[in-house]
Amino acid sequence: MERREVYLDHAALAPLDKRVFLAMEPYLKGGYGNPSSIYTRGRATRDKIGDCRTEISWILHCQSDEIVFTSGGTESDNLAILGVARANSKSEILNSKQIQNSDVQNSKLNSMFQNSESRCKGHIITTQFEHHAVLNACKQLESEGFEVTYLPVDKDGLVKLEDIKQAIRPETILISIMYANNEIGTVQPIAEIGNWLKTQKSIRQLADKSQNNGKIYFHTDACQAAGYLDLDVNRLNVDLLTSNGTKIYGPTGIGILYVRNGVKIQPVIFGGGQQGGLRSGTENILGIVGFTEALKIADRERTGESARLAKLRDYLIDGVLTRISNTGLNGSKVNRLPGNANFSFYGVEGEAMVLMLDEEGIAVSTGSACNSDSLEPSHVLKAIGLSHEGAHGSLRFSLGRRTTKQDIDYVLAVLPSVVSRLRSISAIRSDKEKI
Amino acid sequence: MSKLPDISQDGAGWVYSDKVKDHFLNPRNFISGKIDIHQFDGVGEVGSPACGDLMRVFIKVAKDRITECKWQTFGCASAIASTSVMSEMVTGMTLEEAGKIRPQDIVSKLDGLPARKIHCSVLGDQALRAAIVNYKSRRIDNEQENI
Repeated sequence: MERREVYLDHAALAPLDKRVFLAMEPYLKGGYGNPSSIYTRGRATRDKIGDCRTEISWILHCQSDEIVFTSGGTESDNLAILGVARANSKSEILNSKQIQNSDVQNSKLNSMFQNSESRCKGHIITTQFEHHAVLNACKQLESEGFEVTYLPVDKDGLVKLEDIKQAIRPETILISIMYANNEIGTVQPIAEIGNWLKTQKSIRQLADKSQNNGKIYFHTDACQAAGYLDLDVNRLNVDLLTSNGTKIYGPTGIGILYVRNGVKIQPVIFGGGQQGGLRSGTENILGIVGFTEALKIADRERTGESARLAKLRDYLIDGVLTRISNTGLNGSKVNRLPGNANFSFYGVEGEAMVLMLDEEGIAVSTGSACNSDSLEPSHVLKAIGLSHEGAHGSLRFSLGRRTTKQDIDYVLAVLPSVVSRLRSISAIRSDKEKI
Repeated sequence: MSKLPDISQDGAGWVYSDKVKDHFLNPRNFISGKIDIHQFDGVGEVGSPACGDLMRVFIKVAKDRITECKWQTFGCASAIASTSVMSEMVTGMTLEEAGKIRPQDIVSKLDGLPARKIHCSVLGDQALRAAIVNYKSRRIDNEQENI
């Protein structure tokens, strides 16, 4: 088969869409002012940012002032987790109550908190297979005195609502669950969790005996989901939602955090007080324009593109599993993003496959330890119960807007020989071939 | 000690030398298919699948010299390339010379490796020493049988 260049790493970065570039082009040329300035140029920029907010709010079904622009998915996740946890920590509540309440009430409150079993500042629930932007923000909170429950996921890579119910405590203030996993593409039941939590919250608020008056905020990292899944924050019943430009054919260095009005949150970046003080720093006009255009296109083409990719994905999955023995699909076959296929090829190592496929013009990624700074295999693949060997032999194919059936045919022609070449020199043999 | 060339060591880049690439894409002296270990005079193994690298080295010895060095490797590109280049280096060496091969000798023969790759992927010398030990113990066994 004729060699071709096949890019199947859209989950890492979806290349900038030409239409997004054209929308950004006038702003690349300059001529705009600082949105905080009151003269004409500044006002024009401010108006443009306002328009972008409005257009984004239509897609998320929220208010335009509920959108915070950030530098990307990592910052949005950090703002959501650190910002909400710190603003709702037990000491914060006590401090504010101390100002409001008389001494009598105050001592009553103090004793209530001191009598509670846990002296932690607050409790957060997340999963073992979140993005590192969430996991490491949670680790930071642990060092600040918060407690975090990292829920397991099942072998299909799905979080169970039942586990969340079990994990909730009186001190729980925040739940953060990703919408779709970045490595195995599995889609989490965010709406189901959100809806249950909504009813739960009113029960807790009526009882008024838990931290933060029973409020539990719900955050979802939707970076991988945007463009494929519904982002209606009211249907999902989320209080905070992260999205970024890199994954939706937009520019890098721009993200948003949706923050529902009324959510108690504090900034993680301090400065000139832009964006209601929640995210200081001059707004990234170029990124905002690009992100907005990218999100609009993604939303418009979502249904058709998802259906097209799902067909190609299933063609790839079936083709790989029938052509290559000793291979498994990682993550649920049904509840997964339309563009994601993740396999483990036993007896071979991922980085070697990535480099050999690269020689053939195919760009994919791996969860192998040899491809990470830490030399630890992917925490996601470990979380779904894969052996070290399985994680080492993993490959992620993430399809995108320009992927064609010819691309998949090329992969199906090249991949079996790459795997068998590496298996032929491998010191791990399948049982039949054992020496 | 060899001078490491200017290659990315931050883990973000994947700059392998042309030598590494060549040995990875065209590995020398590997052995595949069904292996009759009695064909060889010594066999050594190091690593584990859990660590991500597993290497097996097979040697034939005549008059205290390695006449053949074959191998199998489960591991990344640098693990494959380092075992491949080592098999070339030690063929023709005396057992004493071969036993002194160090990881840095292999790395320099490959024109360098990213620093963090050296510890985990250059295990060929250990597998070779294990094969030499295996050869020697087999010989002692044979001598004892002959007595």
